[in-house]
Amino acid sequence: MFTTAQRVIKHGFQHVWRNTWLSAATILVMVLALSMVLGLLLLSVLTEAVIVNLENKVDVSAYFVSGTPEEEIQSIRNELAARSDVRSVVYVSENEALERFRERHKEDPIVAQVLEELGENPLEASLNIKAKDPEQFAAIVRSLESEQYASIMSKVNFYENQSVITALTSVTSAIRKIGFFLSAVLSVIAVLVSFNTIHMAIYTLREEVGIMKLVGATNWFVRGPFLAAGAFYGLAASVVTIALFYPFVTLVGPYVGGFFPGADLLAYYQVNFFLLWLIVFVIGVALGVIGSFVAIRKYLKI
Amino acid sequence: MIKFNDVSKAYNSHCALDSVTLAIGKGEFVSIVGQSGAGKSTLLKLLIAEERPTTGTIFLNDEDITALPHNELPFLRRKIGTIFQDFKLLPHKTASENVAFAMEVVGREKKEIQEDVMSILELVGLEQKAKQFPHELSGGEQQRVAIARALVHQPDIIIADEPTGNLDPLSTWDIIRLLMKIHELGTTIILATHDREIINTLSKRVISLDRGKVVRDEQNGRYIL
Repeated sequence: MFTTAQRVIKHGFQHVWRNTWLSAATILVMVLALSMVLGLLLLSVLTEAVIVNLENKVDVSAYFVSGTPEEEIQSIRNELAARSDVRSVVYVSENEALERFRERHKEDPIVAQVLEELGENPLEASLNIKAKDPEQFAAIVRSLESEQYASIMSKVNFYENQSVITALTSVTSAIRKIGFFLSAVLSVIAVLVSFNTIHMAIYTLREEVGIMKLVGATNWFVRGPFLAAGAFYGLAASVVTIALFYPFVTLVGPYVGGFFPGADLLAYYQVNFFLLWLIVFVIGVALGVIGSFVAIRKYLKI
Repeated sequence: MIKFNDVSKAYNSHCALDSVTLAIGKGEFVSIVGQSGAGKSTLLKLLIAEERPTTGTIFLNDEDITALPHNELPFLRRKIGTIFQDFKLLPHKTASENVAFAMEVVGREKKEIQEDVMSILELVGLEQKAKQFPHELSGGEQQRVAIARALVHQPDIIIADEPTGNLDPLSTWDIIRLLMKIHELGTTIILATHDREIINTLSKRVISLDRGKVVRDEQNGRYIL
């Protein structure tokens, strides 16, 4: 058993090595296919980063009547924070709100002057709420509008923002759907192209398969080296692909960062380098081995 | 040792072999002759189960090979050494690797393979060309590698399908002498050919086929069609 396995692997490597051009061509096509897969993967990371970034910008603020005790607001905050559809709730006190307002308008002497003349803080305390999914804002807001809060609630800025929030939700979900569809179609193409290349490679060697069978080799003894070669093509293609992407990502990363705020492609690539390689490696080897297995079947029937 | 019982083989409507019944004993040297298309190759293909008969049975050492399941064919083929007109060497393996392959298939030890391959290559006079690839060898040399491969696991039977069909006269006689030598060592030889000179020189048993039927079967036969 061990000797046979050893021989199968030896023949597999011989096969790769002595059919240099065929092997090089097969690996090249698989590099293209895996590049497509890796490219799609990175693209989905980018779009996801953009979506999360956009969703993070969406929030709703609930303002409280001046003079509402902080404990009361804090208890509402705690209630909201306990909800499963709420991502975060931040309390902004009247003083903080004023502080921020001043900071934002420090270039404008008129604002400072007006505030000076008013003498008191015109701003209200608020809770800044972010939902896990923007679609859930309506339900969250409804809970704030109940009778028990009517006396202290000044206003919720949800309705002004509602159209923007709805539009954004539909855009992000459209991006996700299109991305998924595109990935599915291109992945199928990548798989078919790899399979076809392996098919052609084995087709050119079909006579050898026949000879091996006539000399008394069992199906597994004939098939083994082709599967080993297929696995090797997958391994080689995955290494070449991940190596080629490094300079590409380094070069393109900064530009992409400009287009897609919140996405640092290079950092993502560096941090997940091994995982990304593992993904293309597994896909490459699976394509190589399954492709070879399917392609050789027909020629073993001698 | 080999028995064909009323064997017919049809490809679609064309009948390649028609009710062939014959027996070949251990240690015989039998030539199968006939025009192209007479059914010689079909007969040999049936014997290594490369093709299955349409009707009839074929026995090898009391085993019905027409009933063998597909996964047992390799074991049948290891008992028979086959030589083809187009040599059928593995193009990406050297002469010695081609011969060794037949032994690796059976799972023999590495050391044993090395020794046997070298001695069999010496027998066919190619020990100097062990490391060459088929395309670096002449036709006659390639056929000798093929013979070495057929011989290396000491089969009881050697089947040669037009082994000299692609060779010049000099190489042709090299191959025939080699086959006679192997026969003298006790191996059964079945040789398909349409080379009149070879048949007449051998003066062994000759089975003549015509349009799929056995038309003549004579000891010390001659080539008559």
